[in-house]
Amino acid sequence: MEVSVKKRLLREMLFARRFEERCYEAYVERKIGGFLHLYPGEEACAHGVLEAARPGKDYVITGYRDHIHAIKCGSDPKAVMAELFGKETGCSKGRGGSMHIFDVEHRFMGGYALVGGPFPLAAGMAKAIQMKGDDDIAICFLGDAANNQGTFHESLNMAAVWKLPVLYVCENNLYGIGTRIDRSTAVIDQYKRACGYDMPAEQVDGQDVEVVYEAAKKAVDYVRSGKGPYFLELMTYRYRGHSMSDSNAYRQKDEERVWGARDPLVILRDRLVEAGEMTLDDFKDMDTEILENIENEIIKFSEESPDPNPAEVEKYVWAENDPYVHVGANGGAA
Amino acid sequence: MSQIMFWEALRRAQDEEMERDPMVICMGEDIGVAGGTYKATNGLYDKYGPERVMDTPISENGFTGLAIGASFLGVRPVVEIMSVNFAWLAMDQIFNSAAKVRYMSGGQLEAPVVIRSPGGTAHQLGAQHSARMEKVFMGIAGLRVVTPSNPRQAYGLLKSAIRCNDPVFINEHELMYNMKGDVPDDEYFMSLEGSEVARDGRDVTLFGYNISVHWALAAAEVLSKQHAIEAEVIDLYSLAPLDRAGIAASVRKTHRAVIIEEAEAPVGVGSEVMAIINEECFFELDAAPVRLSALNIPIPYAHVLEKAVMPKTDDIVKAVLKMHGRG
Repeated sequence: MEVSVKKRLLREMLFARRFEERCYEAYVERKIGGFLHLYPGEEACAHGVLEAARPGKDYVITGYRDHIHAIKCGSDPKAVMAELFGKETGCSKGRGGSMHIFDVEHRFMGGYALVGGPFPLAAGMAKAIQMKGDDDIAICFLGDAANNQGTFHESLNMAAVWKLPVLYVCENNLYGIGTRIDRSTAVIDQYKRACGYDMPAEQVDGQDVEVVYEAAKKAVDYVRSGKGPYFLELMTYRYRGHSMSDSNAYRQKDEERVWGARDPLVILRDRLVEAGEMTLDDFKDMDTEILENIENEIIKFSEESPDPNPAEVEKYVWAENDPYVHVGANGGAA
Repeated sequence: MSQIMFWEALRRAQDEEMERDPMVICMGEDIGVAGGTYKATNGLYDKYGPERVMDTPISENGFTGLAIGASFLGVRPVVEIMSVNFAWLAMDQIFNSAAKVRYMSGGQLEAPVVIRSPGGTAHQLGAQHSARMEKVFMGIAGLRVVTPSNPRQAYGLLKSAIRCNDPVFINEHELMYNMKGDVPDDEYFMSLEGSEVARDGRDVTLFGYNISVHWALAAAEVLSKQHAIEAEVIDLYSLAPLDRAGIAASVRKTHRAVIIEEAEAPVGVGSEVMAIINEECFFELDAAPVRLSALNIPIPYAHVLEKAVMPKTDDIVKAVLKMHGRG
């Protein structure tokens, strides 16, 4: 990986970290409501995989921990933050919230809040791609606990039977809400479960963005070549609770220490510093610049944006003026 | 005009739409090579191939979700769920994905998917193959629900459902696939919202939908011939949304209303129609509206017990006579 790409990825991941931390503060300030699921600790997953794909062109779908995936696909972070603030300028016009970030222009096909819900939707998008004959692929990011839903098995089976161009990325952060994987799941290594559906699967370190990138490149190339689905498991860790309403009490301190020492930002930063490609001061400057941008641009925009108009609360339920709802008296083509 | 069976009407609609638009596909259990449990896709596999007539694994939530995901990118899937009892398994994707995606994306995405499924109590299929689920589907914002009572409606509603940009659930009936009826030879479409006057009358309105339209028509004949009462029969082919204007117009004319439903009474079509009558035309009523529904029990196996669950022609006649002070 070229040094310039590494530096950009470090910057993007640092931005992701600071963005999510600022969400936390805004939540405490009650600027953000509802449920809020944050990504710190897992940054190398979304960035490594999507760097190996074509963000903005390949179709991406995920669960409710979705802000960073959208931004990496090309979404304007201002529109993502404004969505969390419930504003009309939000990417989902304030109708979705944190768990339902959508940006179809950048082919970020949404965050969904039923665990495992996106598995079949991703397979369906891949079916559409296959019918159109494009070389796009569908990428579905979900956590390890989603694999205990029926949709995991149903979707991987269909994806394999029909050789659909879909990459399933398992961000294995070891916890399903607050229950550790070994207490809820018979097979701990998730990539082994995908083998039951006769597709290639691999488990790699999800904390090193270069490792993720290399594994994802192989996976993406495989899927894009038309050979069928692929399952990629990334071993990672989330620093915060499942959501903001989570006390985090179930974790063990030494576990947090072990994973904290393998922070994806620190790994990449130290590698660049050791290679003499940047200094710690450069990193600090980058951080300052990012924090200022978040405060002066993103938060300011979100604060100042208008609320949605309550008179439009019923908009977007139905297709507008669909000709087949009321056809002509003779039943002719509308 | 041709006399064709209900399944032939569905098959014709799907065939025409698949021929017109390469993005229309159909999928479901046994619909391809096996020709379809109810023959609604008969011959389509040979004509369009396995990519567009997809035999699915027995994974209702999975393949329904797959169809919804494909519809995000412009595919027009027609999903057949072999029985509404199995549609329970697909509820998550129908409700949480298809019905809500337009709203929660702020209008960016839509799920123009059609889900066809037969419900109803057929012949001794037992508790888990005899559900009537329209009441569940019709309460969900973002999902259209229609239920054809004859081949003409089956054809026209399916044609419109495939082209509509909203998700549409089509509630069919196990016992009606071989029903014959007139269908125009020229292509036509039916409004997805509305109701039809199945029989003109002045003394009472019998509201039915799907199979209960036929029960109402049979009762109307008895009322006319034996009791000189002319019942109007309104076919509520659109259950979501219900035709408020059509319901009110008929009650304003007849001043009496009976709702006949194959499903259990709680939280159903009958209770909704009664609420609409209250809201729209309460002071037009000459008698309290009545609903005739299935008993609120799991459907039993034994034939005599199964028959005992459903409202009968005689029940409808008696209810109407009582309303006219002749009971």
